[in-house]
Formats: sequence, structure tokens, C-alpha cells
Amino acid sequence: MRGILRQRVGSYMTVHEALNSALDEEMSADPNVFLMGEEYLCSNLHFLYQISIGLLKKYGPGRVFDTPITEAGFTGIGIGAAYHGLKPIVEFMTFNFSMQAIDHIINSAAKMNHMSAGQISVPIVFRGPNGAIAGAGAQHSHCFAAWYASCPGLKVLAPYSSEDARGLLKAAIRDPDPVVFLENTFLYEESFPVSEEVLGSNFFLPIGKAKIEREGKDVTITAFSRMVGYALKAAEILEKEGISAEVINLRSIRPLDRATINASVRKTSRLVTVEDGFPQHGVGSEICTSVIEESFSSLDAPVERITGADVPVPYNEDLERKSLPQVEDIVRAARRTCNCLA
Amino acid sequence: MALCLRTSSRSILYYLKSKICLLSSSSSSLTHQHHQKPTFTAPTAQNLRDPYANFSTKVNLLSTRRFQSTKVEEQWDSLNHAHHNQVLDFPGGKVAFTPEMRFISESPVERVHCYRVLDDNGQLITSSKFKQVSEEIAVKIYSDMVTLQTMDSVFYEAQRQGRISFYATTIGEEAINIASAAALTTDDLVFPQYREPGVLLWRGFSLQEFANQCFGNKDDNGKGRQMPIHYGSNKHNYFTVAATIATQVPHAVGAAYSLKMDRKKACAITYFGDGGTSEGDFHAALNFAAVMEVPVIFFCRNNGWAISTPTSDQFRSDGIVVKGPAYGVRSIRVDGNDTLAIYTAVHAAREIAISENRPILIEALTYRVGHHSTSDDSTKYRPVDEIEWWRSARDPVARFRKWIESNGWWCSEDELELRTSVRKQMLHAIQVAEKADKPPIAELFTDVYNVPPSNLCEQEKFLRETMKRHPRDHMPDVPV
Repeated sequence: MRGILRQRVGSYMTVHEALNSALDEEMSADPNVFLMGEEYLCSNLHFLYQISIGLLKKYGPGRVFDTPITEAGFTGIGIGAAYHGLKPIVEFMTFNFSMQAIDHIINSAAKMNHMSAGQISVPIVFRGPNGAIAGAGAQHSHCFAAWYASCPGLKVLAPYSSEDARGLLKAAIRDPDPVVFLENTFLYEESFPVSEEVLGSNFFLPIGKAKIEREGKDVTITAFSRMVGYALKAAEILEKEGISAEVINLRSIRPLDRATINASVRKTSRLVTVEDGFPQHGVGSEICTSVIEESFSSLDAPVERITGADVPVPYNEDLERKSLPQVEDIVRAARRTCNCLA
Repeated sequence: MALCLRTSSRSILYYLKSKICLLSSSSSSLTHQHHQKPTFTAPTAQNLRDPYANFSTKVNLLSTRRFQSTKVEEQWDSLNHAHHNQVLDFPGGKVAFTPEMRFISESPVERVHCYRVLDDNGQLITSSKFKQVSEEIAVKIYSDMVTLQTMDSVFYEAQRQGRISFYATTIGEEAINIASAAALTTDDLVFPQYREPGVLLWRGFSLQEFANQCFGNKDDNGKGRQMPIHYGSNKHNYFTVAATIATQVPHAVGAAYSLKMDRKKACAITYFGDGGTSEGDFHAALNFAAVMEVPVIFFCRNNGWAISTPTSDQFRSDGIVVKGPAYGVRSIRVDGNDTLAIYTAVHAAREIAISENRPILIEALTYRVGHHSTSDDSTKYRPVDEIEWWRSARDPVARFRKWIESNGWWCSEDELELRTSVRKQMLHAIQVAEKADKPPIAELFTDVYNVPPSNLCEQEKFLRETMKRHPRDHMPDVPV
């Protein structure tokens, strides 16, 4: 693993490598960090993403362990270990399965520092793939960003690039608060340029700061995770039509970087939010409200939300595509805000 | 003939064992090794090849070398055909087969026996074996049981008078609370449900501190964040009570894992009721603790009732003790109203848990004499005379009193003095707690995160401005 990294110094890295290297470095730096999840010992199942590849061999079964099948059980155990000072990184095979454990995530992790009046902190990270996968059906394609981000006491992160993946995961592991770290299957094998700084073992990104991926002046497009890529593609198409879009990669869903979003909208006067989760009470709803509360007088057009359709994600390829946002949807929404024909 | 075959196959077994590490066949022989002290060591090639290496090391190693068992299976297969073995070799271990189709009964012929030291009159049962207690410890145990009883009755009255909003008593379970606490050290981590304030009392939480939490005032350890009886104290290694049922059970397992990683000579103990064992968390926790081999004591207070649900509606097994072996956890049933039995069992459980890195399940049979809480009236679902019988004839406090009196360590003057003194202290604690200010507004926004985020800082600023603009809406006993 390290050998491969060295070849890529100063050039490219996949999100998979970024996450793996972040886990490796944090485990190496702090003996209290350990991993738990299902199927850690079995590395040959094709549908598993093997983000922790190589770590069992390096750190042994005391620090990378395979759990029986009970998300509620092993999440509770991880939280108990965190109560007493260890730093577990709990992997959900997909965040859909975290629903089995949501009582522990919310009631035993998120709220405990407050309930115990600061006596019990919970330095735990919950990570795994979130959102649509492609041909996985309703129970494997749900996006949980809005659910977790509504709960005080949790931090919720959604990386897009390899730099995001490395920087945010390292920050999450070092953070004394419980963090929900939402990855995306499609992004695992995507390669991104990384600088020398990003490869440093002490590199981390601040939690709660969004990144302006592309500057623009006509419309602000906010997105997170895979949708950032779609928003950037939409921005290129819009450029050719003379619409300059500013693309914001949220990076952090809770705390939401309202300052950056609002500053951008005050500059562009238009907002399009993009997510692939369900529309009602989604991330976009919160962003739109924040902008209406703080930058209403700057708006020249109604705010627009692009979300997944209000249906359980279907399995059939064509139906699935129709139920999730596509680049054209973002382009049309941006045009609408600019009073152009959609 | 069959005997002959088994002997020869056993020698082959030995041969194979000495050459290759067997995942499957090692489990049966290693159950006899539970008296050895396992150590948590890193895997080495040496350990792998030694069939006499201790079990826990092996399990850790075996889990990383699982692929080796496929090699073994091939060899076994050829042997089986050759010798018409009376034993089958499936994943999980050797199992003898039988041509008889026989179901294991859902209920045993006889229920699991209950360990007891003192009879109903507080006299030692002649053949009973127990851990000796000194006069000093015995008197402290008794005094704390009386204090707990008194504290309960005073707080209950306070709730009925409208001075606190809520309370739940521990009546009938004083022996469980104090005796189990006495058998532990303060390094052991306690994960309570909500009916174990006695453990905190034993460890030194004062009556005033209990009162402060119930009144949610500025001196409350919990900063007024939670309902009464949701005590928590890092100093006493007593993790904050959460209202969620049985969530503390896997938490204890995780914390025990942390103790094991630290190689600390301490264990975790978690308490829960009969009702809590229906939760998924209970099953996951026991299963995991056995697989992970962690020093945790699972203490079930089977008091017959989960609010209004009797145990006959909760489960159909012989109580909780039989569930332990189902998960590979060593278990015992004790008389929950017998102070010495509990003390002895917890003491032994702690030693086993720590020295052998294994979980232990203790089921204490008892009775919930009080209502579930001040929001409940249990006379609506159970007969009053049943409650009264348990309150008087089976009172664990009176029973232990008879024992210490028969040892000459206590007398009725001591009793009167103690009860009067504790009641007076309790009433004073309540008066002080009631008059104290509530927690300041600033504490509304702290501890949500390690560092208050910008949106909470803004909200606090906004709240203070609102309070300045509308002073009459602001309660006088809430400081800013």
C-alpha cells in the first residue's frame, strides 16, 4: 500500500487510497484508535469496498475486529469503548444498516456529553457508504445526511475528493465529539489530484468549513459528496451558455457552513441546492431556509432544490436514473434562476 | 469395536493437532482449560503450532488463520470415510450424532438452583459456603442499606408533595445494590440501568449530591440536564444513567474491552432488569462479550415485573440464568434478597472475569416492592397483599440485620440512632437542594460539543438579548 502511494506523491490518489491511508496514519499515531465492522477478515467478497485493506495484517485482530451481525450491538459496544477513552471507528457496510443502530448513535453517542454534563465524551467515528449505489434497490440506497444532521451533538461530514476524504477523516478521528462520516461508493475509485501537503501525516481539514470548488458570479450551486462532481459538470455546460456558476462543496453537513453559503449567495443572488436524498426535510431545505433568513434581500430569484424523487429508490436501471438527480436537472434549475428557458 | 475405532481416531486427532492448528476440534478440549490464565498476546508462528497454547490466544490467532481449517477439513474427510467415525466435523466443532430424533425440551424438569447463604431469618444455612465479611464491612453494608431505604422513602414523599417531579425507589432490592457494590473496587466501571443508586451511595456519593440531582439545581453534577434519578459521576466510575433500556449492556462490553486493552486489573459491571433482557442489546452484548473475551459482569435484577409486565409475559425460559450458556457465558442464579450470597457471587465473578478475561452472568431473584416509579400505581396490576408480604416477610434489610445482630455487631439502639440520623440528614439535604439556584443559562449551550460551535454561541447571545428586553418573562431563580 505504501509503495503505491509513493509513486503517486504530488499527483493523483483515489478516494479509497485516501481513506485507507488516513486510517493507517491515525492508527499508527494513536494506539487508542481501533476499527470494528462486519466482514473485516474476509477480503475477497467483490461487493465489499475494503477500505481497511492491509490494516488487519499491520495492526492485528486486537485493533481491527470483525463483528457478529448486529449493528445495534456492535455500535453500542463501540460507544461503550469510547466512553472509557478508546477511539473506535465503526464501519457500517452501508449507512442503511445504521438504522438498526440509530438509537445508540443518537441516544448513547450524540446526546451523552450533554446529558452527563461533560463527564462522558464520545470520541467515535461512524463511517461507511451512504446514498445511492446503482442497482442496489430501496433498502440499500437511502441517503442519511439529513437524518443525522438534524441531531445536536453529532457532527456529519460528507467528503467528495481524495483531499476531502483524507483531511476530513483524520479530523473526524481526532475530534472528541461523535462524527458520522458519509462516504460514497461511486467515489471510492475516482482519482483526484493531491498536493504534497495533503499527503502529510498531520494534514487535516477543519470541520464546518465548506470549499468553493469553482468560483462564479451568476448562481450559487451547493452540493455534497457525489453531487459535487455533477454540479461541476453542470457548471461547465452553463459556462458555455454564458452563466457563471459558483460551486460549493459543503464538506460538512453539520455544522453547516452558513457563512460561506450566504456570502456566495449575496454575491451571485441565486441559489440551487443539490442532493440525491429525499426532498422533504432534506439538506437543501435547511440551506434554503438559511439563505432566506440571512440573505433574503440579496435574492433575485426563488431558491431551487434539486433532490432525489420522493420514492424509495427503484432497482431498474432506467427508473433509478430517473429517480436521482442528473447533470441536466442541475443545468435546467440554474437556467430557471437566471430567467432563461429551461 | 466402536471403542477401538474411537481410540485410534483419537490418536490420529492428536497427531493432526500437533501438526496443524485446528479451528474446529480445539473448542471441545479447550473448554477444560478455563482455569488457565489466558493472556492477550500478539500472534506468533510459535503459538500457532502449539496445541497447548491457551485458548484466548488461540482464538485471536485462529480468527486470522481461518483459511487453514479448509486444509484440515480435507484431511478429516478422508479419515472419516476410512474409520466410520461416530462423530461429525462441522464448522464450529466436533459433534456426536444420534440416530434418535429427540427435541430438547423448552422447559427443564427442574429450574436452575438458586445460591443462598442466609435463610429467611437471617441465619446461616449450615452447609453454605460464602466469602467472609469483617464486622466493619458488614456494618457499612447494613448502614448503607438502611440509608438507601430511608433516602427512597424521603424522596418518594418529596415527590408526592410536589417538591420533585419524579422518583423511582429501590425498595426490596437494597441487598442487590449494596452487597454487589461492596464486592467490587472503585476501579470497576459501573453501567447502571436506573434502579441501582445504592452502588453510587456505597462509593461515596453524598445524600446532598443525590438531592441536588433530583432538584436539578446549580450544584447538580449533571447540570440539571436530566430527570431525577439519572445520576452519573465520573469520580465514582458510575456512568450516567440513560433512560433507554438495556443500552448500557453493550456499553459495558465496550468499556470492558477498553480495560482489557489497557491490561487493567478491573472489570465492568452492568445492571438491568428482567424486562431489559428482551431488548436486542442484551443478546448482542452477551454474544459479543463471549466472543471478545472481556471482563464484564452482567447483573440481572429479576424482580418479577417490568412496569406492569410480569415475567410470564416477558419470556418463557427459566428466567435469565439459562440464557448465559446459550451465548457461551458462565452464569449463576442467586437469592437477590440475601446480602451474603450476592456479596460472595459478585466477588467470585469479579475474580473470574478479570483473571480469565471472560464475561459472567448473575441472575438475582428478587421482588420490586415499590411501584415502577412515581408515575405508576402497581396495585392496579398486582395484589396488595403480595406486595405487603414481600415488603415485610422478605425484606432483605431486616434479614441482614438479624445476621449482624446475631454476630453481636448491631443492636436496636444503633438502629434507632442510624435511622433518625439519616432521616434528619435527608430532610436537611432536601431543604438545601430546594433553596439552591437553578443552573445558569450558559449551561444550556455547553457540552453539546467539546467546543461550542458558532451557531450555539449566536443563539446564546440572542437569548441573552431577549432576556434583557423582556425581564419579566425570566424566572428569578435561574441565574444568567
